[in-house]
Amino acid sequence: METVQFFNLVPWVVFLPLIGLTVNLLVGRKLGEIFAGSFASLATGLAFVVSILLAVSLSSHPEAVTIPLGDWITIGTLTVRWAFRVDTLSVVMMLVVSGVGTLIHIYSIGYMHNDVRHNGDTGRYARFFIFLNLFIAAMMILVSADNFLMMFVGWEGVGLCSYLLIGFWFEKGKNGTGNAEAAKKAFITNRIGDFGLLIAMFLIFVNFGTFQFDEVFKQAGQVAAVKPGVMLLITLFMLLGVTGKSAQLPLYVWLPDAMAGPTPVSALIHAATMVTAGVYLVARSSIFYALVPTAQTVVMWVGAATALFAATIALGQYDIKKVLAYSTISQLGFMVAAVGMGATVAGMFHLVTHAFFKGLLFLAAGSVIQGVERGMHHANHASHDFDPQDMRQMGGLRKQTPLTFRVYLIGALALSGIAPLAGFFSKDEILVSAWQTQPAIFIVLVLAAFLTAFYMGRQLTMVFFGEPRTEAAEKASESPLVVTLPLMILALLSVLGGVLNLPGVHTLETWLSHTLGEGEPGHFVWVVAGISLVLALIGLGLAWMIYSRKTDKAYVDPLKRALGSLFTGMENKWWVDELYAAIILNPYRAFAQFMADPVDLGVIDRIGGGLAAGTRALAESIRKLQNGYIRSYALLMLLGLAAIMTYLFLR
Amino acid sequence: MNIGLNPLLLVTFFPLVGALVVLLLKPKWKTALRWTALVTSLITFGLSIWMLTRFNDIDPEIQFELNLPWITLGNNQIGFHLGIDGISILMVLLTTFLMPLAILSTWKAVEERIKGFMAFFLLLEVGMLGVFLSLDMVLFYVFWEFTLIPMYFLIGLWGGERRVYAAVKFFLYTMAGSVLMLAGILWIGLQYGSFDLTQLSGSGLIPAAAQLWLFGAFGLAFAIKVPMFPLHSWLPDAHTEAPTAGSVILAGILLKMGAYGFLRFNLPLFPNATVTLAPWMAGLAVIGILYGAAVAYLQKDVKRLVAYSSISHLGFVVLGIFALNLQGLQGAILQMVNHGLSTGALFLIVGMLYERRHTRLLENFGGLWKVVPVLGTLALITTLSSVGLPGLNGFVSEFTILLGAFSSTVIGSPWFAGVATLGVILAAVYLLFMFQKLFLGPVTHEENKKLKDVSAREILILTPILIFAFWIGIYPKPFFMLMAPAVEKLTALVQSAALLAH
Repeated sequence: METVQFFNLVPWVVFLPLIGLTVNLLVGRKLGEIFAGSFASLATGLAFVVSILLAVSLSSHPEAVTIPLGDWITIGTLTVRWAFRVDTLSVVMMLVVSGVGTLIHIYSIGYMHNDVRHNGDTGRYARFFIFLNLFIAAMMILVSADNFLMMFVGWEGVGLCSYLLIGFWFEKGKNGTGNAEAAKKAFITNRIGDFGLLIAMFLIFVNFGTFQFDEVFKQAGQVAAVKPGVMLLITLFMLLGVTGKSAQLPLYVWLPDAMAGPTPVSALIHAATMVTAGVYLVARSSIFYALVPTAQTVVMWVGAATALFAATIALGQYDIKKVLAYSTISQLGFMVAAVGMGATVAGMFHLVTHAFFKGLLFLAAGSVIQGVERGMHHANHASHDFDPQDMRQMGGLRKQTPLTFRVYLIGALALSGIAPLAGFFSKDEILVSAWQTQPAIFIVLVLAAFLTAFYMGRQLTMVFFGEPRTEAAEKASESPLVVTLPLMILALLSVLGGVLNLPGVHTLETWLSHTLGEGEPGHFVWVVAGISLVLALIGLGLAWMIYSRKTDKAYVDPLKRALGSLFTGMENKWWVDELYAAIILNPYRAFAQFMADPVDLGVIDRIGGGLAAGTRALAESIRKLQNGYIRSYALLMLLGLAAIMTYLFLR
Repeated sequence: MNIGLNPLLLVTFFPLVGALVVLLLKPKWKTALRWTALVTSLITFGLSIWMLTRFNDIDPEIQFELNLPWITLGNNQIGFHLGIDGISILMVLLTTFLMPLAILSTWKAVEERIKGFMAFFLLLEVGMLGVFLSLDMVLFYVFWEFTLIPMYFLIGLWGGERRVYAAVKFFLYTMAGSVLMLAGILWIGLQYGSFDLTQLSGSGLIPAAAQLWLFGAFGLAFAIKVPMFPLHSWLPDAHTEAPTAGSVILAGILLKMGAYGFLRFNLPLFPNATVTLAPWMAGLAVIGILYGAAVAYLQKDVKRLVAYSSISHLGFVVLGIFALNLQGLQGAILQMVNHGLSTGALFLIVGMLYERRHTRLLENFGGLWKVVPVLGTLALITTLSSVGLPGLNGFVSEFTILLGAFSSTVIGSPWFAGVATLGVILAAVYLLFMFQKLFLGPVTHEENKKLKDVSAREILILTPILIFAFWIGIYPKPFFMLMAPAVEKLTALVQSAALLAH
């Protein structure tokens, strides 16, 4: 019996949020906050419903379906369509984007209500939801594309939304321009990555003659056999794009600054969805990477190195969101390392569970921040020298914000990899892959996992345990239900997320195998699980021991004494921003200045001026010939005549 | 053939009718003068749309051809020869589309000597349309030179502080190039007995050796106009000093005359030289892309910044042209349209800011998005269109150009396109810098706190441009289809001629 198929609905995952933003653009401001927020949430919620219907359809018909919408660019042999690809991989992404997205939209109804008041411009409420819906639309284009170029549209589109939302309070931040600078930094750093992706696409078109996924991947083996160098270039340039979007070494620097955006943005874009686009790209192109072992090695080392490097920085941060930001970079490193090792399913698994628990952590952090902000107003702190995100100013919040504390705890434990929460299973799968094939990567990742547990333990202790260190923390209060409800749902998902791909059951593995091909299902290795669990527990416990004793007001991190300059390095993010400023930004600035002034105005502009002066000098000398004496004209005529005669004779 | 109803004749010379009406009006009738100019340009636009509906877009040949004997020079006929094909039609439409918007932008900006301004403006339109429609080299040259005169006065009389310097510089640079082109035209005419482009194109009459220097003679004129590095120095001054409407037309259309010249003359007349010199032209184009982008960054005057951005964007056009394949050429022609739209809109926005604050220095702005949110949003979309964000127009053309250049056998190396792609990063650097300096951050100047947001008239000016920005970004197919047959014919012509010679 033929079941009803919903594949034709796929364009709506893009159109619904577009309708949402159009309506809010036209009337959102007039109809008020409740309408703007609810309508945007509804639009994303309906996109989630569509995604579920697509998943249902796929469960009975797991082969990829392409739904064309129209032609985009057609020139000669170049044909690019607006076409949607529904397969088990793209639908996983759609579910995450719209599912977590809907929860974050709902959360934002409450969060932004306070945020626009805190920042003093209630008129921007509707604008926030317009940007959020635009983001969902762009992200859906990215994951549902059936060719590289359309994917790139979504890829840059989400970058734009990231830019707009990081700079949402564009008149705030350090010196009033901090947020705008952060937004610009994110966009430009991503463009460096996009440069790589563009070059990869050019190479793909030249060597494959198309951008369409199926046709490209069909020929991949053949091209790899004939032109291994080209395949290496394609995969490496693509990796540059991945390091931009998914904040990996060396292009991760924009993500911590991106925390300038409102917290729901950090949760949705800069933790759960957009930043995973790079992982998705490598997963989507796993056929390529499987053919180029060198590229695989590079990808997994970039991922593993990022995982460890970012974890060390997370250790030295005081801003509650910055810790989570570096943690995100680190966790993305786990995913990238996984897809680099060819453990694509493990990478995707971690992508999904990370969306749950890191989304949860960010949103809960937002709840903490607003709780402290409320306490701040009660305590009448002079607001400009008080930073409600500084963990040194918190402490003891488990009493003031009990619900937030509980969900935060769940998120933190899931992230630390405590069984049986979601993060344990997904991280374990990555570690098992490394254990079996790449021992060196395994060691790096286990170290990173240990640090993860440690910095989460540190954060938990600093924020929620001990006694309040400031009046604001003492008077902090719990958030309303519209904020906490999404937290509870995400907490539930963070607890149960592991079910998606339990060892021995492999639901996700089977599901994705229809798109990625049959792979070796991940085993459950007791040693690995034991090591990671024990290390996580040690990390949490150690952090508790070190930080729980800390109650004094002038907060000096206990590790600072223990680690000395090593900790100063972590605190200062290993001075990477300063390094980039010294070797890239400032030289480019100087170069641009040099080109503008000495070169363009001084040299090139003078070419014209010089020619003019030369002409004038020439004219001056010729003018002297016109002296008005008949005899000199006659002489000239004679000379001329003689010259012509000579020429004619000698010819 | 009924000459009077020839669409090309009507489109080209209708603005002349308007200019004559303007001359009959009294200088103090400001409203009447403005409306006459606006209505004239709107009717001209309508006529060009009417022409478009009758245009056969699957025919690669010249259409609506009109060839009248004009001057007899010895044995040579100089014809009054007009015609249109898939390449020129987009330029004509761009011209007639931008003119009414530019005129509308002068409503409040030009208060002095409106009569002269409008007359020159309409005459300029005649000249530009003539350039795009001429099929006789001498006629082309006449229109080409003719455009100089009104633009010279527009800059010199209605421009900014250094207007006279800028106007003279503009005039001299262009003249310097044109003189060599004139020599080339006369030489070809006398040597081969014809000034007619349709006879000379792809005829194989001109030997390869002569092609090289002729390519240089014509190419210099066009390269100055585009402008290509290092012949661009007239541009920042002219753009900056010109009144807003002048800058819009200068960037939007006059620069395109240079690129169009390459397409109409250098490629079909000197195909061998074109193929030989393509890597050099591509190299200069790539330098222009990066150089323009680098110099634009850190400009203190926003109008100068936009002016230098033109050098970068037009570099893409030249790169696409000399890729000499379908993607490159079609991308280049679309990029000509796109640059007209996005840079035109940027100049319009800068003009709107200038009308409010009477300054163009970036340091005098900041935080305006909060004060003028609608203008801020329109400016954001325009900036992104210029940045080449997918979904908007600029991306489609830049991507196809780079793709064409990357795979071009004539350029011969993917390095040109690869390096040019860096321009994508640099464009984001200087354009987001500009947007931030104007619209983001806190409002630091007291005067900026009470600026008025866009008026209905200003929305009316920008909206049509932005509609096209989205249209071309999302569904460029009609535009590509319009030019495809003519471009395919041109590509085939150049390639076969170059093959024959080898």
